[in-house]
Amino acid sequence: MPEPVLRIQALSKNFGGLKAVREVCLDLHLSELHAVIGPNGAGKSTLINVISGELHPSGGSIRYEGREIAGFPADRIARLGIVRSYQKVNVFPWFTALENCRLAAQSRLKSSMRFFRPARKYAEVNDAAERALALTGLAPRAGSFASALSHGEQRQLEIAMTVATSPRVLLLDEPLAGMGAEESLQLLALISRLSADHAILLVEHDMDAVFSVARVLTVMVNGRVLESGPPEVVRRSHAVQEAYLGKEEPAP
Amino acid sequence: MHSYRLPVKLFLLLSLAALILFPSVSSKFYLQLFSKIMILAILAMSLDLLAGFTGLISLGHAAFFGLGAYTLLLMSPEYAAASLWLSLPAAMTVAALAALVIGVLVLRSSGVYFIMVTLAFGQMFFYYVTGARRFGGSDGAYIYFKPDATLAGWAPIQLSNNLHFYYFVLALMVAVYLLLRIVIDSPFGHVICGIRVNENRMRSLGFPTFRYKLVAFMIAGALAGLAGYLDAAQYGFVSPELFGWRESGIVLMMVILGGMGTLYGPILGAFALALLQEFFADHTKHWLLPMGLFIILAVLVLPRGISGVLERLVVWGWNLGARRA
Repeated sequence: MPEPVLRIQALSKNFGGLKAVREVCLDLHLSELHAVIGPNGAGKSTLINVISGELHPSGGSIRYEGREIAGFPADRIARLGIVRSYQKVNVFPWFTALENCRLAAQSRLKSSMRFFRPARKYAEVNDAAERALALTGLAPRAGSFASALSHGEQRQLEIAMTVATSPRVLLLDEPLAGMGAEESLQLLALISRLSADHAILLVEHDMDAVFSVARVLTVMVNGRVLESGPPEVVRRSHAVQEAYLGKEEPAP
Repeated sequence: MHSYRLPVKLFLLLSLAALILFPSVSSKFYLQLFSKIMILAILAMSLDLLAGFTGLISLGHAAFFGLGAYTLLLMSPEYAAASLWLSLPAAMTVAALAALVIGVLVLRSSGVYFIMVTLAFGQMFFYYVTGARRFGGSDGAYIYFKPDATLAGWAPIQLSNNLHFYYFVLALMVAVYLLLRIVIDSPFGHVICGIRVNENRMRSLGFPTFRYKLVAFMIAGALAGLAGYLDAAQYGFVSPELFGWRESGIVLMMVILGGMGTLYGPILGAFALALLQEFFADHTKHWLLPMGLFIILAVLVLPRGISGVLERLVVWGWNLGARRA
């Protein structure tokens, strides 16, 4: 087994007395789609918030390419190559789809403290933005304002923006939330494609979707990892069936 | 979407032509009034960079205006003129450095707290200068000689000449507008616009947002210092009022009335507010009452300011034209 890109060990996050994430361990490898599932309040989103630096961990370690990054500020973690998407659509409504991606790609410039040349004339930024749009299938909508896109397209744009930053690790927080069946399938296909050359941590509610695409599954309950492994193993786990899938469901 | 920009551009160019020709028909009184308004327009544009583009509503922006004015006072010898070429950059530098220090402290807060902290800083300057005897205290102080624009024996303009001063201010107003337009179009400008909409998202994309807000604060401070310097140079008089929250409030009103985040809106707002004040003051000594009513009404019926009306008119005209064609 090669070295993991991201190794999380005994990661915890407390809010006062509430232990939202308890001693979570997981490894993320390149070209691997790792899904985290669990009931509401299991600490999945908190886990993403802690890895991405938006929340300060209460304990534990996050190693990225062999380097400790726990406690780094969010912008620094993003520049290192760990970029997240949001459960709530979080695009810039009055920018076009292309401008949204361009802004994201601009974060890869050494610095955006550039005051005179128009932003649209930076070729490397444009290229990255257009690549991200093409990859996510949004190229025909490049000139549309983000606010004019459908919900599904906004979700695609959300992912296109993360891709435009040329990340190594993608943290996707419920990317399928609120999407129709057909759109969901398309987006899952996109996520599968992206997993070829990224390490992806996918937090998702939709069980069928997760079982169909993930290489590794981690089940969280009450902030703790209940089970982790390939989907077939997790599906057969008694602990998971009792805690999450429901007792009645017979093992396939 | 970009098509409506053309008529607005045309309108702005026509207005500029009018301002260039204005001195040939104007009395001395209006020449001075318009110079004063254009100085306020520079101040309003600098605040728009913060309020309209970065999303930082400052109620202490006059602090930098005052600093620019008092820098000219301190650099003017009592019986001679200060050099324009030294004192003007100095005023902007002082204001920018003050913005750096204040910015580091206030930019950690946001929303209502940011408004309160900037207000407090402005008032701190106000009370300090009011109590400082050597700056003239609460009475203010006179600058007896206009800054001297002589450079190596060559004097392109005489600031003591009203007409020269008018064109000098007009040129600076246009320069500030063009400069800010370029900055807003640059990568830096896109970052601050992103921060206004969603600072968290900008951070999670990899932008250290604090730094960008700080630089925006410094640019705005330096330009406000420029405006303050011009104000002191025009009247040859400075007073603590320049720092006060009243001044900050009036400029913010100009920005809101003109239309936040448009850059040309604040110029229109400065002209509208100042000319209206002049008009009401001519007709009644209770001019503050109609003025206040007007502003309430304007905010109620023109949520996007004068520039919003202008842009809607253009869109409307466009549609009308399209229907005929």
